[in-house]
Amino acid sequence: MPSRARPVVLGVGFLGLALVPVLAAVLNEPFYLDLFRRIMIFAIAAVSLDLILGFGGMVSFGHAAYLGVGAYAVAVPAFYGIESGLVQWPLAMLASAAAAFVIGAVSLRTSGMSFIMITLAFAQMFYYLGISINAWGGDDGMRLAHRSRLPALDLGNATVFYYLVLAILIVLLWLGHRLVHARFGTVLRAARSNEPRMRAIGFSTLRYKLVAFVLAGAVCGLAGALLTNQTDYLTPSYMHWTRSGEIMVMVILGGMGTLFGPVLGAAAYLLLEDTLSAWTVHWQIVLGPLLVLVVLYARRGLYGLLAGARDG
Amino acid sequence: MTALLVVEQCLNGLQLGVMLFLMAAGLTLVFGIMNLVNLAHGSLYMVGAYLATAVYNWSGSFVLGVVFALPATLAIGMLVEVIALRRLYERDHLDQVLATFGLILFFNEAVAIVWGRTALFTRVPAALAGHVRVLPGVGYPTYRAVIILVGLGVALLLYLLVSRTRLGMLIRAGASNRTMVAALGVNIRLLYTLVFGFGAALAALGGLMAGPIYNVQPGMGEEILIQVLVVIVIGGIGSIRGALVGALVVGMVDTLGRAFLKPLLSTALGPVAAQSAGPALASMLIYLLMAAVLFFRPQGLFPAARS
Repeated sequence: MPSRARPVVLGVGFLGLALVPVLAAVLNEPFYLDLFRRIMIFAIAAVSLDLILGFGGMVSFGHAAYLGVGAYAVAVPAFYGIESGLVQWPLAMLASAAAAFVIGAVSLRTSGMSFIMITLAFAQMFYYLGISINAWGGDDGMRLAHRSRLPALDLGNATVFYYLVLAILIVLLWLGHRLVHARFGTVLRAARSNEPRMRAIGFSTLRYKLVAFVLAGAVCGLAGALLTNQTDYLTPSYMHWTRSGEIMVMVILGGMGTLFGPVLGAAAYLLLEDTLSAWTVHWQIVLGPLLVLVVLYARRGLYGLLAGARDG
Repeated sequence: MTALLVVEQCLNGLQLGVMLFLMAAGLTLVFGIMNLVNLAHGSLYMVGAYLATAVYNWSGSFVLGVVFALPATLAIGMLVEVIALRRLYERDHLDQVLATFGLILFFNEAVAIVWGRTALFTRVPAALAGHVRVLPGVGYPTYRAVIILVGLGVALLLYLLVSRTRLGMLIRAGASNRTMVAALGVNIRLLYTLVFGFGAALAALGGLMAGPIYNVQPGMGEEILIQVLVVIVIGGIGSIRGALVGALVVGMVDTLGRAFLKPLLSTALGPVAAQSAGPALASMLIYLLMAAVLFFRPQGLFPAARS
C-alpha cells in the first residue's frame, strides 16, 4: 500500500476511537468504553516502550516497572489523602523518570542478552518491593478510594475519562512524531544502526540513549497513573514480568520502530484477549502459538501490513 | 542451636543451588551453542514435574514417574526445537524472547487444561522419607540430601561429557565455530536438536525432583526461570562452569538471605523496621547481586571463551 494511504488509515483510526463513546451509548454497552480506554492506556505504554525498543534498539524487558511506579504514585498519595491529579500525575512521571534514570544508568553499560536480563532483574526488584510493603497493600494491593481529582474534569464520568485518555494519546503521538524526526531522534536511530560509527563522529550515544530511556520511563509512568484510575485498584502485579512481556508483544505485533504500530498492537492484543477469553477460559493456548507465528512470519507487524512503509 | 540452623540453611541453599544448576546447565548450553534465549526452559521444568507427579500419583512408584518423565520431556523438547525454535537461531534476541514467551503461555495453559489450575500434591517417596545424620546430632531430610547428591553427580557427569567425550568435543566445537563444524561434515542440525533435548531432560530432572517439595502448578516454571536467568548472567552466559558457580551462589544467597536477613536487621534496626524491610530485601537480594555483578563485570564471572 502506498504511503498516501497512511493519512487515511490514521484518520479512520482516530475517528473510530473518537466515536467509541457514542457507539457504546447507542448500543448501551458501557463495557466497550472501558475496553477501549484500557486499550489506549496500554497504547501509551507501548508507544513509550517503542521509543527505546524500536527507535533506540534497546530491548528493555522491564518496562512494566514504570507502569507500577506510576500506579503507586497515584495510589499511595491517595492513601494518605492527597487526591489531586495535579500532584499525583506529575509525581508519577517524575518518580518513574527517576527509576528509569537509575535503571538506565546501570543497564546501558551492557548490551544484548545482558541488557534484556538486567532490565528484567530491575523490574523484578520493584515487583518484590511492591509485594513486601504491607502498609501499601503488599501482595493484595489496595483499592483506590477516589480517582484522581482534576480541575473541571471528573474522571468518575467514564466518557470524560475516555476523551482525556484519547487526548493524551494524540498529544503523545504528536510529540513523539516531532521527537523522532528531530535531531535527537535521528541520532537515536543512527546509534541503533551503527553505534561505533556514531561515537567515532563525536556523539556521546550513551547520553542520547539514557535520555530516551528516561523519557520512555516517564511516559510509561503516566500510563501507570491512568491504569490505576482505570481499574480503581493498585496491585503489584502491574509490575509482574509477564506484563513487561505483554507490552513488548504489543509493540512487535503492531510494528516496532513506528509510532502508530504500538497503538494498533495494543488494540489487537487486548481485543484478541477479549474475544478469545469470551470464547474459552483457556484463551492463552491460542494466543501463545499465534505469537510464535507472528514472530516467525510477520516481522513487520500490523502497521507494516496496513500502511506499507515505516514512518520512522 | 543457631549453629545447627546455619548448617541446615546452608544445606537448603546448596539444595536450591543444585536445582538451579540443573536448569541453568541446559539453558546456558542452548545459549552458548545455538545463541538462543529460551524463556520456555522453565516450561520444560514444569512439564517434567507434571509428568513425573502424574505417573507417580497414578502408579504409586516414584521411580516409574522418573523413568517416564525424563524421556518424555526429552522428546517434547526435541519436538519444540524441530517445530519452532530451530527457525529462531539466526534471529535476534528480541524475536527469541517473544516466541518463547508465546511458548510459555501455551505450555502453562496446556497443563492447566489437562491437570487444572490448582496445585498437584504429592508425597516424598517412602524410601527417602526419613532424615540422615549429616553431622553428629544434626539431621537433614533424606530427600533433600538426595537432591544435592544427584545435582552434584549430574554436574560431574556433565563435566566429563563435555570435556572428555566425542559428543562433548562436538558441542564445544559447535559453540566456538558452527560453520567450520558443519563444513567438517558434522550434522549440526541434529547436534542442536540433541543438545536441546538434553537440556530439556535436565530441566525435567530438576522439575521432577522439585515435585514432592514445592507446589506443582501452572506457572511454576517461570518462578524458577527468572532465578535461573540471574544465575547464568552472574556466571557468564554460555559457560557451564559459570552456571555451576552462579547457581550455588544464588542458591546460598537467596536461602540464607530469607533465613537470616530479618533477624540480622532486627538487631540493627529494631524489630518493627525489620518486619517489613527484611522480607523485601531478602527477595531482592539476588537481583541486587546480579545488578552489582553486571555493573562491575558485564560479561559475568566466568565468561565463555567464544571466537
